[in-house]
Amino acid sequence: MIRLEQIVKRYRVRNGTHRVLDGIDLELQRGDKIGILGRNGAGKSTLIRLISGAELPTSGRVTRQMSVSWPLAFGDAFQGSLTGVDNLRFICRIYGAEFKKTLPFVEDFAELGKYMREPVKAYSSGMRARLAFAISMAIEFDCFLIDEVIAVGDSRFHDKCRRELFEKRQDRALIMVSHEAHNIREHCSRACVLRDGRLGEFTDVDAAYAEYNGAAMSHSP
Amino acid sequence: MSALSPTREVLRGLVIQTRVVRALLMREIITRYGRHNIGFMWIFVEPMLFTSGVVVVRSLLNSHSIHLPLVPFTITGYASVLLWRNAIGRCGNAIEPNRSLLHHRNVRVIDLYVARLLLEVAGASISFLTLSIVVTAAGFMAAPDDILKMLWAWLLLAWFSMCMGLVIGALAATSETIERMWHVVSYLFLPLSGAFFLVDWLPKRLQDAALLIPTVHCTELLRDGYFGRHIHAHYDVGYLLAVNTMLSLVALVAVKKVSDRVEGE
Repeated sequence: MIRLEQIVKRYRVRNGTHRVLDGIDLELQRGDKIGILGRNGAGKSTLIRLISGAELPTSGRVTRQMSVSWPLAFGDAFQGSLTGVDNLRFICRIYGAEFKKTLPFVEDFAELGKYMREPVKAYSSGMRARLAFAISMAIEFDCFLIDEVIAVGDSRFHDKCRRELFEKRQDRALIMVSHEAHNIREHCSRACVLRDGRLGEFTDVDAAYAEYNGAAMSHSP
Repeated sequence: MSALSPTREVLRGLVIQTRVVRALLMREIITRYGRHNIGFMWIFVEPMLFTSGVVVVRSLLNSHSIHLPLVPFTITGYASVLLWRNAIGRCGNAIEPNRSLLHHRNVRVIDLYVARLLLEVAGASISFLTLSIVVTAAGFMAAPDDILKMLWAWLLLAWFSMCMGLVIGALAATSETIERMWHVVSYLFLPLSGAFFLVDWLPKRLQDAALLIPTVHCTELLRDGYFGRHIHAHYDVGYLLAVNTMLSLVALVAVKKVSDRVEGE
């Protein structure tokens, strides 16, 4: 179970503070799949970082009773001067996973060939994303956090990612934030809309989408 | 998590932190020294070459005013300088190159500092030890009078350097001006640090002033351990302990402040 209680997050800005999240409550059980819709700047990434624990709330409480991934789909959770293999080794050490067991999977999945042993800064963005995705699948989590949907590599690789994450790991919980509704409609059973620092929950993804869309339209000129 | 008792939770935290610091340490070694040629051995070869060079130059200049063996005097002095300078210097830019690693919950800002500090302290210690053994074996200096006293001095200096590293690192992360200022200050501080003089050589008035500087107490204690009754050392371990304890608190608060800022970006 993951529970967020009255989460408030404020950032210091030039004059005073800016309240990004203003009292968020959310609970999710094993296997739950929640999508969070929000416009640019609504605080989606902040929320996902708070859930992951990479960042701490200004006030409120996050309780995690299952293992939670880092926000996926980011190629930037790595060190550019290290090779792909060394990055994997580092991640394994941090999360207490066995490097030798994960290496074959990552090598096979990322399809980087000899580039696995080159510094990550020499990778193209596609290669980096492939490595990132492969490493995040090498460590097992009960709950995966996805910040925007992974558009990794070509369509064949995309399908492979989809199979690995959404089919093979169907029993895992999932929190996905996006500004596009179709990803959430496809993968989530519950949906929320993040607006003005608050989270509105909908049991029906389409209802959430309608609300989000309406809000989006009413904001446009 | 909530099911664990407080002590178990602290223990669990310690296990995770040890794991993270170890991972960062290995990573730091690879990124800084690479896997090629002598790799991580640079960490003590570099300061060793530096100290050896200084010893050679100073022996050639041969200042007769010092009635002490020059080699051990220089080695104890420079080893101390390298310890605090490197430890503090490496903390100036510890966060920026590692920022991406903060996406992982278990990696905290303080771990980045701790990994670097441990590496620098280890490097300075190994280089001091190796150099002393080699030089002693070669017959250029006598065996020390009291090794335990030297060890104690070294530990106190390492403690001081680590705290200063955290404080300067935290300040440097908040302002670039402070980072640049530190380079200037560290040069100016060099002659005052106690590496090149004994307090006993100073006039009485200056002695009191010199003994306000914590590193002076460390080098005095270190040399008291080495030279024994050949010198009259001035130091106060109580003063050092008090300064280090205070500084530790300041350091932890400073790092906490920086973490709050940095982790939200």
